[in-house]
Amino acid sequence: MPYDSTPKATSPATDEARRQLEICNACRYCEGYCDVFPALTRLTEMEPGAISHLASLCHNCRGCYYACQYTPPHEFAVNLPAALAEVRQKDWEDYAWPQPVARLFHRSGLALAAALIAGFAALIAAIAALRPESGEGFYATLSHNAMVAIFAPAFLLPLIAVSISLRAWWSAIGGGRVGLADITRAAQAAGRGRNLDGGQGQGCNFEQADRFSNARRHAHLATLWGFMMCFAATSVATLMHYGMNWPAPYGFWTPPKLLGVPGGILLCLGSGALMALKLRADPALGATRVWGGEMGFTALLFFVSASGLVLYAATGTAAVPALLAVHLGAVLAFFLLIPYSKMVHGFYRFAALMADRRGA
Amino acid sequence: MTEPPPHPNWDVAVVGGGNAALCAAIEAAEAGARVILLEAAPEHMRGGNSRHTRNFRCMHHGPLSVLTDTYDEDEYYDDLIRVTGGKTDPDLARLAIRESEAALPWMEAHGVRFQPSLSGTLSLGRTNAFFLGGGKALVNAYYATAADLGVTIRYNAKVAHVHIEGGAFRWLALEDGARITASAVVLASGGFQADLDWLARAWGPAARNFLIRGTPWNRGEVLRDMLDQGAESVGDPTQCHAVAIDGRAPKFDGGIVTRLDCVPFSVVVNRACMRFHDEGEDVWPKRYAIWGRLVAAQPEQVAYAIIDAKARGLFMPTVFPPETADTLEELAGKLGLDPAQLAKTVAEYNAACRPGAFYPTELDGLATDGLAPPKTNWARPIDTPPFAAYTLRPGVTFTYLGLKVSARAQVQSGHGPLANVWAAGEIMAGSILGQGYLAGFGMTIGTVFGRIAGQEAAAHAL
Ligand SMILES: Cc1cc2nc3c(=O)[nH]c(=O)nc-3n(C[C@H](O)[C@H](O)[C@H](O)COP(=O)(O)OP(=O)(O)OC[C@H]3O[C@@H](n4cnc5c(N)ncnc54)[C@H](O)[C@@H]3O)c2cc1C
Ligand code: SF4
Ligand code: SF4
Repeated sequence: MPYDSTPKATSPATDEARRQLEICNACRYCEGYCDVFPALTRLTEMEPGAISHLASLCHNCRGCYYACQYTPPHEFAVNLPAALAEVRQKDWEDYAWPQPVARLFHRSGLALAAALIAGFAALIAAIAALRPESGEGFYATLSHNAMVAIFAPAFLLPLIAVSISLRAWWSAIGGGRVGLADITRAAQAAGRGRNLDGGQGQGCNFEQADRFSNARRHAHLATLWGFMMCFAATSVATLMHYGMNWPAPYGFWTPPKLLGVPGGILLCLGSGALMALKLRADPALGATRVWGGEMGFTALLFFVSASGLVLYAATGTAAVPALLAVHLGAVLAFFLLIPYSKMVHGFYRFAALMADRRGA
Repeated sequence: MTEPPPHPNWDVAVVGGGNAALCAAIEAAEAGARVILLEAAPEHMRGGNSRHTRNFRCMHHGPLSVLTDTYDEDEYYDDLIRVTGGKTDPDLARLAIRESEAALPWMEAHGVRFQPSLSGTLSLGRTNAFFLGGGKALVNAYYATAADLGVTIRYNAKVAHVHIEGGAFRWLALEDGARITASAVVLASGGFQADLDWLARAWGPAARNFLIRGTPWNRGEVLRDMLDQGAESVGDPTQCHAVAIDGRAPKFDGGIVTRLDCVPFSVVVNRACMRFHDEGEDVWPKRYAIWGRLVAAQPEQVAYAIIDAKARGLFMPTVFPPETADTLEELAGKLGLDPAQLAKTVAEYNAACRPGAFYPTELDGLATDGLAPPKTNWARPIDTPPFAAYTLRPGVTFTYLGLKVSARAQVQSGHGPLANVWAAGEIMAGSILGQGYLAGFGMTIGTVFGRIAGQEAAAHAL
């Protein structure tokens, strides 16, 4: 299917966000909460691209909802966190490539589960077909080459899909040339969860309604950093395998384990906490129709990290083959879903932060 | 012989649920009193007009929180006297001003967060501290603090009667008939501007066409009840503070976003397509308040600000898009005005415009010549399509009539102070603001006198 790169016309979600943003632009009370409002006041035209940019700058901290004197039942019916979440969700679906897969996966947590099971099935088949005669550690169950044959494309294809989507989105928001300063600024904002801190460190209005709390920010940072450490662990291991001729298994005091174990623990705690918080927060302040999909995705992150930790704890036991299949199946599902699940938010948000060149 | 009062269930009852009520409830609870707060509105509409506010005006010596530089008592007082034309109680006014400096850190300590002056309002960065998220965020913070301090909060609890007997308060009756007894009461239920019948009696029938910028719950039941029972009043009972706002605003609760800042760059006409006042008399922040009255005096209490393409972008964005057209005649048609007359009025104005330099942010002296009424600044011809129009109507902010209080916020009657009745906020602001208004002073009055009232009421009860 050829990728449709024509600019997306305005949509009901964009129109609704524009209606609300015009109210905010006349009000500006929430200016200090996050990057959305300062970016809004600098706009001269509220074009769909500009609204998409604002939507991805919003981190759904909900500060502006609880502070708003115009929330429903007021006739202005301002619910900016929800309006911007709908635009983000629409963008992730509209720009995702290839389209049918995207829509299927974004919609529901059930599709996520189905993918997970498909991942298992493929693995189990692979294990049966490719079981090595000899091998150490995990490779006694699944040969390293088989693992690479499955995971390299499973990792690269989603990244290619994401970059195709992101390029089109970037030009729609008028992102311009990326400079080093843009990357460092965005990395700093993302790495500290700046848009989740309420502007002054008080945090989000998430699980405690109008009271502020940093729980979501901390959980999100644990998830982010945990994920990055796990990712680094895998990358280092790959380098060690090919570059240094030092194949797995690795002992505890080696870079892959020193990064992977704490990373896995952080990811596990962070994603678990995110789920608990999401259960307590008001669903009406997000994109309601994908609540299940988002929850499914967070659950998948939790499952990936938890199964990894269990696998590590079970080293040397008879449970390894089964646990390995489960863990790798989850990882596989996770990677394949990157472009079509909530995971893609990381890419869009990072891009949005790069394009937010206030004062730069 | 009257029966002895039943043992009060509460030390302090606070009537109202806006800034003044919350400050009083928090102070009283911190002093150790058992406090009940009675808010007429349902929970989602709690906070009265306070939830529409954006800042409070604060005296300070040197930078304080988000405030820059220094704003001392005399400068603050002079600013106040200028807008009230001297209709001010100097002692109470100076008390409010002086106490505002300590109020800011107190507010922060009780959960309020401030942010630097909003874009478009930089001129206030020295005098007014802006609330992060606006007044509703402030109100939320206070409700959370009050709840943590053990204050009992009742919503949908409209007080219908404050029973005064023998110079003292005995009990409250809610609208649903329930009675609440307390050792002391703080009245902080705002003005009466949401009662259009009362406004119409005071101002005249035209008041029914006014829009109310804030809460529909400030209907003055408590104020009326107290005046009926001999409490002394202050402030002009016939006057209200009204500004010109977007005529398409909702009847109530339109709040800040319905303001229109385009008047200095426009010509303003009434339904007869006639101009009636100098649109360029002064910078808008100093003039927006008189335009409420000016529009109120026009037929049907409505006016139209006409601009051309040159004026777009010179003023803060508006909540509703303007009516636009390529010709003035077409624009008049869309507004239901006489096309020929509108074109004629604008043509006369254009003919009176003189060449000269135009500076949108300062008094540029670019005035009309030989036009009545003149436009004395920013007078450029309205000649570049597309033309645009905003409808203006009077929007009432608050009423001036209130309860007379002492410097300790105690309510006065013809026979001296009422023993256990205090008042704070808009319900007593007439004691300080006889006329006019100074941006950010309403929240100063509510915070300063709310705190005093809470302390005094608790001290009396305990
Ligand atoms: C749009 C707008 C913007 C404003 N902006 C500012 C600003 O930026 N800075 C500033 O200083 N001032 C501003 N003001 C003025 C400011 O709102 C008031 O001065 C201030 O809020 C008054 O506080 P209050 O607590 O006395 O009254 P309110 O906040 O109005 O509270 C009155 C409370 O009493 C309750 N109540 C009413 N009747 C009863 C009853 N019978 N029984 C029980 N409860 C009752 C109401 O529900 C409400 O909760 C603004 C006003 C408006 C309308
Ligand atoms: S969310 Fe509400 S309070 Fe905040 S800027 Fe928008 S309109 Fe104003
Ligand atoms: S929800 Fe939070 S991040 Fe999103 S616009 Fe509102 S204040 Fe900003």
